[in-house]
Amino acid sequence: MLVRRAAMGLRRASTFPFSGRQREQHMSRAEANHIPASWRSLRLPRLEGWPSLALWAAAAACAAVLLLPTVYLVIRAFTASDAALQTLLRPRTWETVARTAGLALAVTAASSVIAVPLAWLTVRTDLPLRRLWSVLTPLPLVIPSYVGAYLYASALGPRGLLQQALEAPLGITRLPDIYGFPGALFTLTLLSYPYILLSARAALQRMDPALEEASRGLGSGAWGTFLRVTLPHLRPALGAGGLLVALYALRDFGAVAIMRYDTFTRVIYTQYRSFDRSQAALFALILIGLTLVLLMLEARLRGRARYDHSAATRPPAQVALGPWRWPALLFCGLVVLLSLALPAGVLVYWLVRGLLAGEALGSLGEITLNSVSAAAISALATTLAALPVAVLVVRRASGLTRALERLVYSAYALPGIAVALALVFFGVNYALPLYQTFAMLILAYGVLFLPQAVGALRAALLQVHPSLEESARSLGRTPLQVFVTITAPLIRPGFTAGAALVFLTAMKELPATLILAPIGFQTLATAVWSAVSEAFFARAAAPALLIVLLSSVPMALITLREHRDRP
Amino acid sequence: MRYRMPRRPVLAALIVSALVLAACGAAAPSTPATPLTVRETVEVPVTVPPQVIQETVEVPVEVPADSGSLVVYSGRSEALVGPIIAQFSEATGIDVDVRYGSTAEIAALLLEEGANSPADVFFAQDPGGLGAVAKAGLFAPLPEEILSRVPERFRSPDDLWVGISGRARVVVYNTDALQPEDLPADIWDFTDPQWSGRIGWAPTNGSFQAMVTAMRTVWGDERTREWLVGIQNNEPVVFESNAPIVEAVGAGEIDVGFVNHYYLYRFLAEHGESFKARNHFLSGGGPGSLIMVAGAGRLANGKNEENAKRFLQFMLSPVAQQYFASQTYEYPLVEGTVTAPGLPPLAELDAMALEIDMADLDDLQGTTQLLQDVGVLP
Repeated sequence: MLVRRAAMGLRRASTFPFSGRQREQHMSRAEANHIPASWRSLRLPRLEGWPSLALWAAAAACAAVLLLPTVYLVIRAFTASDAALQTLLRPRTWETVARTAGLALAVTAASSVIAVPLAWLTVRTDLPLRRLWSVLTPLPLVIPSYVGAYLYASALGPRGLLQQALEAPLGITRLPDIYGFPGALFTLTLLSYPYILLSARAALQRMDPALEEASRGLGSGAWGTFLRVTLPHLRPALGAGGLLVALYALRDFGAVAIMRYDTFTRVIYTQYRSFDRSQAALFALILIGLTLVLLMLEARLRGRARYDHSAATRPPAQVALGPWRWPALLFCGLVVLLSLALPAGVLVYWLVRGLLAGEALGSLGEITLNSVSAAAISALATTLAALPVAVLVVRRASGLTRALERLVYSAYALPGIAVALALVFFGVNYALPLYQTFAMLILAYGVLFLPQAVGALRAALLQVHPSLEESARSLGRTPLQVFVTITAPLIRPGFTAGAALVFLTAMKELPATLILAPIGFQTLATAVWSAVSEAFFARAAAPALLIVLLSSVPMALITLREHRDRP
Repeated sequence: MRYRMPRRPVLAALIVSALVLAACGAAAPSTPATPLTVRETVEVPVTVPPQVIQETVEVPVEVPADSGSLVVYSGRSEALVGPIIAQFSEATGIDVDVRYGSTAEIAALLLEEGANSPADVFFAQDPGGLGAVAKAGLFAPLPEEILSRVPERFRSPDDLWVGISGRARVVVYNTDALQPEDLPADIWDFTDPQWSGRIGWAPTNGSFQAMVTAMRTVWGDERTREWLVGIQNNEPVVFESNAPIVEAVGAGEIDVGFVNHYYLYRFLAEHGESFKARNHFLSGGGPGSLIMVAGAGRLANGKNEENAKRFLQFMLSPVAQQYFASQTYEYPLVEGTVTAPGLPPLAELDAMALEIDMADLDDLQGTTQLLQDVGVLP
């Protein structure tokens, strides 16, 4: 505790708000001047010895498991027929690849346009009902895409609920078609923008207000400061959040299927549906390639800048919106209406209509328990597993750790069915006692969702300046003690955020659950799927609402605690 | 399992009737997975012809207390088959574990698991999935006493799987836009430009692909390609599955859709008679009037061989066949079962339906290839 206090003190005292190269220069100049030589050597011994070994061992184990889908796909792709290769080389295949990449980029851009103003409004301004908007705006993330797209289609379709409501008063008999690219863009953006919102909010909250104050002091206007100081500072947050959004769009199957837009994931599913696993594998490898390209883009966006601050943690000054608060309120209201109220409203409508038609609710108790326990255990396990990876990636930047980071994300764009079949392959052939057990399901969730946990932890670790750990080491703590007493408390918000993300994505996960869960193990997501696939919408409403409500709880609690910590 | 003639046919008949009644009665409140209340169908057991009863008494009569277990991989959703599997378990004392998924995914899973699969039975939604698993050599041949219950064309020619229930391809139409007499008898005629922008279809759907496979068998690849191009030229609205097509037709978003017959009845049950869509059964005898089966096979490496056979037997018993007829609105394949009210009887439908072996419907890769060449599939 004392050490932690000392570290906190140090944290306030030292300032390193510089980007990478500048900081190095600063250090060397400082070293040249006064700092004793022994301090310099402090940067080497941290994480040395057995904790370092253990760290590498844990990360290597993670990497091995994460490699399974890719290895499996390569094995399968080798058995692909010549016809499959020809299909691969058709121009149409590459048109689909281009179209998919285009959708992913458009969704990312549109999500940023929604998320950045929302983040700024809810963190930095005197927006009325700020706490409410903070809690509501990240929540669309809890809506499964196969449900969300269905709800949008049935609400906003040419003859959907909206049209039915408008027909009597306005005589509108048909709304414009939302299907195709616009529908896919609209749905995916509204379901995934919270990834950028969450990372942008975190970055804004921790940003050193001195930077903006200096800019204003030097004569820059509010806009100039935002564009020249704030926005560049958000780059890593936009990169990390944008990556998750883009990969979400790449891997998504439910929304693009319902919105009738042919993306590459649909091509892969078509192959699986005609029972051609080899061709599907060949195509899935392209998706991995596309992911690697996105990762390089993100790395470029992130640049070589470092964003750890040990400067003041005082809250930044609030911007008074004045009359601008009305358009701001309208904007927040519109986003929440479309992304949250509309889907939730349709679900409630289905539920009520079903109940009125005599649909029995049935017992969802056991299914709910299954969902929550699987999601909670995988949230904890996955985030713990992500810890060594994140520490290595942030604290031991090298070619090897960069490769490790790419590996973490490489399988993230794969459709769930490909990852699930990969684990079937290895489970059945090499780990039969484990096959189709609860542990296997947790492992599958880990492979699928580790990137989200690594992302959250990485962002948190980047904000903790190494000098804190170094000073604790210099005061005689072992690396493990340093981690437990200094680093862990500081990155706890990142840990809970990562765990909450894994929790809510595990709650809505479908393909791997269907294939890998212990037999007879049903979750809310499988219950929704079972009902929707046979057009029993009323019966789908209750489990879908439960997914939304239960996943909202941790999200809302995290946001509320943020507000308590930094009012 | 051997069949014995019942010693006391009257008592046995009573037991069967009671079981059928209990099955239908129990379906409504206690099992949330049944689609409908059974008001119209409670009387059905009374009309079961007596000779059917005599043939099949054994299933409910031989009920041992503990009969081991059974693992079923089901490509049919729990909403459809959950209740009847529960009845099987209750009637036989066999502990049944079911893994639900879509037929294609479950088939892919079985292919990946190979000989190590824990599954005893694969219950599939369409012949394509059964064909893929049969081709991989994972099914064991079924005994004659199971196979002989259904007409030859509704089962595998190699005796590897058997049809359980029938599903008719139909054209669902919007009743505001069209009358039955406006609709053609042959699915070919939908290539006419008058249908431009009015058609909905689901090219990724297994049943649709089975229909295209039937077209290839009957018409040949060239004419099938012409049909696909003709429909493409009419700019059909593309859906992911059958149910949304029926929903869109009911809402008037499109005028007609190519679907399986039973989805309509679920919408009628949920929305009432005012739902503005009805089925049109194509009578031309072409591939548009295909009857496909949902069926099942026994995995050769399954550990519970006897229970798997009993499962298949049960699914072909009057109780189960009646369940499919009245609860999922499908066609029973065993003669003598009564179809749901409002459905044309199978015999009538069969007369105008396409005569085709289900086994001819398993070349899905050829169909996918054609659909991709034409640009219908990505």
